[in-house]
Amino acid sequence: MELPVISNTPPTPLTTSGGGCSSSGCGTAPDALGHLPDHIRAKVQDHPCYSEEAHHYFARMHVAVAPACNIQCNYCNRKYDCANESRPGVVSELLSPDQAIKKVLAVAAKIPQMTVLGIAGPGDPLANPTRTFETFRQLAERAPDIKLCVSTNGLNLPKYADEIAKYNIDHVTITINCIDPEIGARIYPWIFWENRRIRGVAGARILIEQQQKGLEMLTARGILVKVNSVLIPGVNDRHLKEVSRVVKARGAFLHNVMPLIAEAEHGTYYGLMGQASPSAEQLQELQDDCSGDMAMMRHCRQCRADAVGLLGEDRGAEFTMDKIDQLSLDDIDYAAAMVRRKEVHDAIIDQLDQQRETRRAMPPPLSGDSRNPENLSPAWRTVLMAVAGKNGVVGEHFGHAREFLIYEASPSGVRFVSHRKTGLYCSGTESCGEGDEASASSLVGEPESVLDKTIATLTGCEVVLCSKIGYEPWGKLEASGIQPNGEHAMEPIEDAVLAVYKEMGSAGKLAEKPVGQASSRKAA
Amino acid sequence: MALQIVHACVNCCACVEVCPNEAIYADTPHFLIDEAKCTECLGEYADPQCAAICPIECAIVNELGDPINPPGSLTGIPLEKLIELGLYKAAA
Repeated sequence: MELPVISNTPPTPLTTSGGGCSSSGCGTAPDALGHLPDHIRAKVQDHPCYSEEAHHYFARMHVAVAPACNIQCNYCNRKYDCANESRPGVVSELLSPDQAIKKVLAVAAKIPQMTVLGIAGPGDPLANPTRTFETFRQLAERAPDIKLCVSTNGLNLPKYADEIAKYNIDHVTITINCIDPEIGARIYPWIFWENRRIRGVAGARILIEQQQKGLEMLTARGILVKVNSVLIPGVNDRHLKEVSRVVKARGAFLHNVMPLIAEAEHGTYYGLMGQASPSAEQLQELQDDCSGDMAMMRHCRQCRADAVGLLGEDRGAEFTMDKIDQLSLDDIDYAAAMVRRKEVHDAIIDQLDQQRETRRAMPPPLSGDSRNPENLSPAWRTVLMAVAGKNGVVGEHFGHAREFLIYEASPSGVRFVSHRKTGLYCSGTESCGEGDEASASSLVGEPESVLDKTIATLTGCEVVLCSKIGYEPWGKLEASGIQPNGEHAMEPIEDAVLAVYKEMGSAGKLAEKPVGQASSRKAA
Repeated sequence: MALQIVHACVNCCACVEVCPNEAIYADTPHFLIDEAKCTECLGEYADPQCAAICPIECAIVNELGDPINPPGSLTGIPLEKLIELGLYKAAA
């Protein structure tokens, strides 16, 4: 391993490396947090998990120091660990607090964009208080420029709220899937509470009480709280809007509704029992529903409990434990790294400020009837379009897109609504140990082609914009009622979506319901 | 009398945190219980603490080798389903 004394990457903080989704494209709704008071905005402007803008530029890492858990969730299987997997609760190696410190300092020196260190598992951090707080204590001392955050199921939150405040942990994420114990009993089979395993409704009731109490205690201490909810169709889908309303009233500043991940090969209760995951459309509908009540987060990538890097990428493999173990703390000149980190952070913040200024100076592309230079008819219906984006432009080949950015065009403008992944979470069963038997029995028959799956994720979209697209997908997309469009390659995404919307309007296609296939453009 | 941790253990440490006797220690390939220290929590708690928090079925057994948390008891997955999926073989 190269010893990361100080970063050897060139000082180009604004080049977002490799993975993730680069640039404005990925749902930069800059004012999604606009309702927040200034001091909170200042706190989240460089936090990739909270600020949609920040997540293009700032990186986060999780250290897996917290293996124990005190509840069981039906979407979690503690036996599962697969290097190909990227989802919460999964890690490849556990770290001791000392190893975690070394890893964090090494990463922070090598990736100056890394602003945030989280402890998110793989169990519940507050069920591992000694390891969790020892890690935070050492980090607060050695790396005061790193923001600390913690994710929890909330059961032990009231007990540790003061300790969380003590270590200057200013962001906490609580996973709250319900506020009704009857619903909770269908999500949590048991909790461990006051020396007993408590099952069913009784257990769920205690968990919910502690979560809500913990949320209030944290907000009373000035700690920012984000609430994560897992959308489980048929279980809490109708209930989450109420959850959103209640957690907002108790002081949460952001709500992140994530889709259930339930594959049989993961061996979870939901996976094995055939519980459906939500479609991208269902998720989006619910996010829209809840957004009336509070700020919704739409750029979450549901990362692993040991992820490293920008959201959507994972550089964990560069910092494995054997490499970290070879390091001595003395090898890391953190004081020097901190100077450099500050320069990089300041440059990014400056650029974000400038972008914000520019946007403010420009007239909004679309606004009310009085200023409607775009000639959009108020009678036009709303259209969803999928974009294979890269660096803020329609820059990706259809077949290379690992995710599509979904935009909504309507007479009131163009807005980002979500991203939809195309890739599989797990590419094989060979290394998945526990999953083998389950997947063998569930994967009988002809597998759906990757293309079919991709098209299925685009359900509800009428147009897909990309830089290029092959003949086969073109035909299949058209047959599915989705119009491929390669004519706006390399144009800024919002402009391209607006242009296509106007073309559709002028061609009279926005007067009524979608009509399946539309134009006769040729494949690029 | 003592409980025992067996191969199903995934080393999540949850039991270590709650054992009142500090009887549980890390080992390879999994945690073990020091039988000289284990009291099965008799007289202290209604349930043995390790088995009350353990998330893995069949990882902790009693003196007879019977699992305190038998298959399906923690996940709620019905036995028939586990058998159907080949995840559990009924004792012959």
